[in-house]
Amino acid sequence: MGILSSLILIPLVGMVVVMMLPKDNKWAARWTATVFSAVPMVQTIWLTWDYFFTKRDMSGLASSLADTMAYVEGPFEWIPSLNIQFYVGADGLSVPLLALTGLLSLISILASFGIKERVKEYFAFFLLLEAGMMGVFVALDFFLFYVFWEIMLVPMYFLIGVWGGPRKEYAAIKFFLYTLFGSIFMLVAILLLYFNTEPHTLNILTHIENGSSLPYVLQMVCFIFFFIAFAIKVPVWPFHTWLPDAHVEAPTAVSVILAGVLLKMGTYAMLRISWPMFPDALQSLALWIAVLGGIGIIYGALVSLAQKDLKKLVAYSSVSHMGYCMLALAAYNSAQAISGVMFQMVSHGLLTGGLFLLVGVLYDRAHTREIAVFGGLGVKLPIYTSIMVFFSMASLGLPGMSGFISEFMVFVGAFGASSVHPYMPYITGISVLGVVLGAAYLLRMVQRVFLGPFDMSKWGGLTEMNIREYVTVVPLMVLTLWIGMYPKPLNNLVSATLENLMEYMAR
Amino acid sequence: MTEFAFLIPLLPLFAFAMIVFFLRWNEKVASGFSIAMILTSWVMSVWILFETIARDGAPYEIFFHLTSFAALNFEVGILVDPLTAIMLIVVTTVGSCVQIYSLGYMHGDPRFSRFFSYLSLFLFSMLGLVLANNFFMIFIFWELVGLTSYLLIGFWFEKKSAADAGKKAFITTRIGDLGFIVGLLLIGTYCQTFNYQGVFQALGDGVMPAGVLTMAAIFLFCGAVGKSAQFPLHVWLPDAMEGPTPVSALIHAATMVAAGVYLVARSMNVFVHSADASLVVAIIGITTSFIAATIALVQNDIKRVLAYSTVSQLGYMIMALGLYGVDTAHGHHSPGFYAGTFHLMTHAFFKGLLFLGAGSVIHAVHTNDIQEMGGLWKKMKITAPAFCIASLSIAGIPPLAGFFSKDEIVASTHGHPVFYVLTLAVAFMTAFYMWRLCFLTFFGKPRDEHRYEHAHESPKSMSYPLAFLSLLAIGAGWVGIPGLPGIGEFAFHAEPYHTHVDVLGMLIATTVGLSGIILAYFVFYKKAIDADKVAERFRPIHTFLLNKWYFDELYDLILIRPIMAIGRFLWTFDARVVDGIVNGAAWLTMLWSDAKMWFDKWIIDGAVNGAGWIVRKSAAGMRYMQAGQVQFYALFVLLMIVIFGIAKIFVNNWWPLLVALFAGGALLLGFTARRSGDDDSAAGAYEAEK
Repeated sequence: MGILSSLILIPLVGMVVVMMLPKDNKWAARWTATVFSAVPMVQTIWLTWDYFFTKRDMSGLASSLADTMAYVEGPFEWIPSLNIQFYVGADGLSVPLLALTGLLSLISILASFGIKERVKEYFAFFLLLEAGMMGVFVALDFFLFYVFWEIMLVPMYFLIGVWGGPRKEYAAIKFFLYTLFGSIFMLVAILLLYFNTEPHTLNILTHIENGSSLPYVLQMVCFIFFFIAFAIKVPVWPFHTWLPDAHVEAPTAVSVILAGVLLKMGTYAMLRISWPMFPDALQSLALWIAVLGGIGIIYGALVSLAQKDLKKLVAYSSVSHMGYCMLALAAYNSAQAISGVMFQMVSHGLLTGGLFLLVGVLYDRAHTREIAVFGGLGVKLPIYTSIMVFFSMASLGLPGMSGFISEFMVFVGAFGASSVHPYMPYITGISVLGVVLGAAYLLRMVQRVFLGPFDMSKWGGLTEMNIREYVTVVPLMVLTLWIGMYPKPLNNLVSATLENLMEYMAR
Repeated sequence: MTEFAFLIPLLPLFAFAMIVFFLRWNEKVASGFSIAMILTSWVMSVWILFETIARDGAPYEIFFHLTSFAALNFEVGILVDPLTAIMLIVVTTVGSCVQIYSLGYMHGDPRFSRFFSYLSLFLFSMLGLVLANNFFMIFIFWELVGLTSYLLIGFWFEKKSAADAGKKAFITTRIGDLGFIVGLLLIGTYCQTFNYQGVFQALGDGVMPAGVLTMAAIFLFCGAVGKSAQFPLHVWLPDAMEGPTPVSALIHAATMVAAGVYLVARSMNVFVHSADASLVVAIIGITTSFIAATIALVQNDIKRVLAYSTVSQLGYMIMALGLYGVDTAHGHHSPGFYAGTFHLMTHAFFKGLLFLGAGSVIHAVHTNDIQEMGGLWKKMKITAPAFCIASLSIAGIPPLAGFFSKDEIVASTHGHPVFYVLTLAVAFMTAFYMWRLCFLTFFGKPRDEHRYEHAHESPKSMSYPLAFLSLLAIGAGWVGIPGLPGIGEFAFHAEPYHTHVDVLGMLIATTVGLSGIILAYFVFYKKAIDADKVAERFRPIHTFLLNKWYFDELYDLILIRPIMAIGRFLWTFDARVVDGIVNGAAWLTMLWSDAKMWFDKWIIDGAVNGAGWIVRKSAAGMRYMQAGQVQFYALFVLLMIVIFGIAKIFVNNWWPLLVALFAGGALLLGFTARRSGDDDSAAGAYEAEK
């Protein structure tokens, strides 16, 4: 069995094992889940290593799209009558996201050790979620892709709905239905493609190669349908309102996964599927995508500015940060912009994951996330404060950390993409405002929570982070600094694949 | 040594890392290590300056390739040319003095080690900034100095005002950085490189249309406006005085705020292509200079007076650079570039000295309010003379450092009469408010006996740096003496420029400075003129100046409140409208499904159930026909006959009626049967089974 299949299978096996454990033994469930998510993480690290050192140049040389997949498993017959195949593969686009998924899954499971109720079910669901995420990032068959895309909703629904906060049912149902609503469009688009190819096929790569020969109207319809499905996941303004609810109600670790990985599936799917597949539609709609991105950046930041709840602030900041991705995605013929998307995806996964973990740390101790009740925590919790300031600074795009290089690439790329549309520089110029607003809402939060006078009688009992909590955030800090200071490895990791994909986008 | 110039910023970075991870538990070791590192950097800087002179100013550049995104290369590299060499000296000198001074000033602070780690981090960023060889890298360090400035302004973060000031500084400078970013984007897009030389060459080749170039230059200048606290973004600097005084001296007087000036000087080759952009620079410079000087006239907080003075002096430098751009674009010679960079250096020394002196005074009397000081000369035998030397220097009295550089600033306004007049006006005000400060602080009678009694000279760690900087405040300008083996001329110049001696100009400038001092002497020492009466006479103006031209209030009104309001509005909008649409769609779906459910229950299922119900009820009625009761049979027959008879008379087609009546009768009976409690047991059994 190949490594990609095992990335999906191992968490699934883990899920089964966890379910068979005795109900009362919480530690058994925790550690089993840890082991079964640590293995895929090690595998993704190996995959990244192997891809970086031996395979990444393949993409540039390949003649057909299937050859650019550095790792391919399949296609195996699955449901022959419908020509459905088990077909997975990975290239420079998937590898970093697989690594991100592997890392964040393990971190989230470690961060979930505080879960006290129905521990077994919790970790079983979590491992199912991991399997689904891995599957999305490797699937090369539409049916497979759709199955993985949908299967994640189930554990997510329960993770939010059972272990969530006060309004968990509402948030869980909203998340579930909203995403499902988008998926229907995707399904219709898939069927349209299926019946418009001869022989009928669900092979994504074949569709990408044939995409530009489709009639314009069909391209537009499919593009828009896919876009709705993916945009809800990203989330692109104005499809974002499930996100604050889901993030706020979800338990910490689930928020981390939600922000760190699930949102990336939307942008990943755009880059993998709809962008290279429908170049004519992309060209027609690029301006509007940029506009939506720009609105998302400014709007998300302004709304963050008004938040009273720490977690909601981070949630809305995601809307803003994913707006950068959309802005850059609109500049589809600029290598800087498309690299910027990848950088921003990875960077946002690390930073927002870190921020959610840290908010969770505080919530576990103070049992509130209300910004106004805190103040001066820097006196009592110097290390926690330093780490929080670190992530805030990274998130507001301070150079030397990953957020800056990502945003800068996005801006450079989108600004120079006047060949996409002459308005691109102006939209980018306005979007740059997000940089100041980002500083405003994050520093405002830092100031009101950590600086100022400290109320010893109220918060004197707060304790510093424990070892397990350090273990969860330190890897994210290291990677943030690494990408920020030395972006070359990540850039090299993705550039060959992206250049190749861009050829299809700019057909 | 120049090959090792990259070590100059790395040594403080090393100190930062060592303190954070290993040394912070031992304050003495932490601070000692930090000082050792910066002193090493200082020695290297001096060495490099001499090597640069020996190289006759030829730039030394070394870089390595960081990464490329398509055609755009990102490099990390250093460029050592005369401007950089001088800036290295300035930063490391003031940096060393401030660190040594901090040993005394910060003594006993619970976060002593952290202070030194922050200072080291700042010095790393600042030195990196001046060594950078490309716009991308300067921007990185530009932001990092902003971070350290934020951390250090808010060093005593328990104080709300300090935390507020840090945030204000960061966000305000970031507004300027917006422009910087857009400028970088324009440069990157058109020139396809960020390397200084590459960009200048590309611009020389005319890759950028003139209009775009002007925009790019102005956008770049926005960065400088934020960092160097120029109008209209000058509001953060006075508030930044909430930070510890050594920080004010190092970051908010000598080095970081000068980074904006440095940026303009560094990218002078962009500005010289656009007279319009340069004129904007010059106008912003002199406007800032004038506004800040007027505000400084009436402030009572010793550090705020100095802060406004800094803003004003930075405006001078910016103006000089702008005028250089204007003149050069028109093909004239101008001393502006020399003046701006030269003044940047001398100002760093005397303003650093002024702040450290002010810190020493504050350390002694525990107040910032000059109205509560007075007569301190007797108590502070080192601080007071040092402060007065710096004040003479900034007033432009020969032969102190400020005289030479300010003279060049005045000279750079040659041919621009409006600038000339305003420059002299600012020079007069500067001399006046600086000496107002001196007289109120060090001379006359103590106005607060209690504070005076407890005042004392600061420890050696604080007074020695003062003495050392005094020497520089006196002598740093001598490099600009014409005829001397032209260090100044060389150091600040890429192209040959001959410092001319304009005796009349010098005399005028000096007279203006002197008269400012003399006026201050009469008002605040001799009390020949009552300052309060003058203030009373010009009450509206005085209030206006005292409130700093109401910039803060204005920004609060037109920027901060609206943005917060928009944020809150959008949040409501998000919940009510955007999410409202989602929830509304969900509600409509629910409504639709409810309607369908109702329809299902009452119409579809109702038809089925209704049919069953009718059958059941009529069956219940018809049961009686087979109940075996003869009386009932007889009654039935009788009824039927009567009904048929009537029906036959009135109705022709009587069959349907017959059926209807039959069914109706059965139903009626069914009901009566139910009412009497005699329900059909079969249906009951069925219900029970269900």
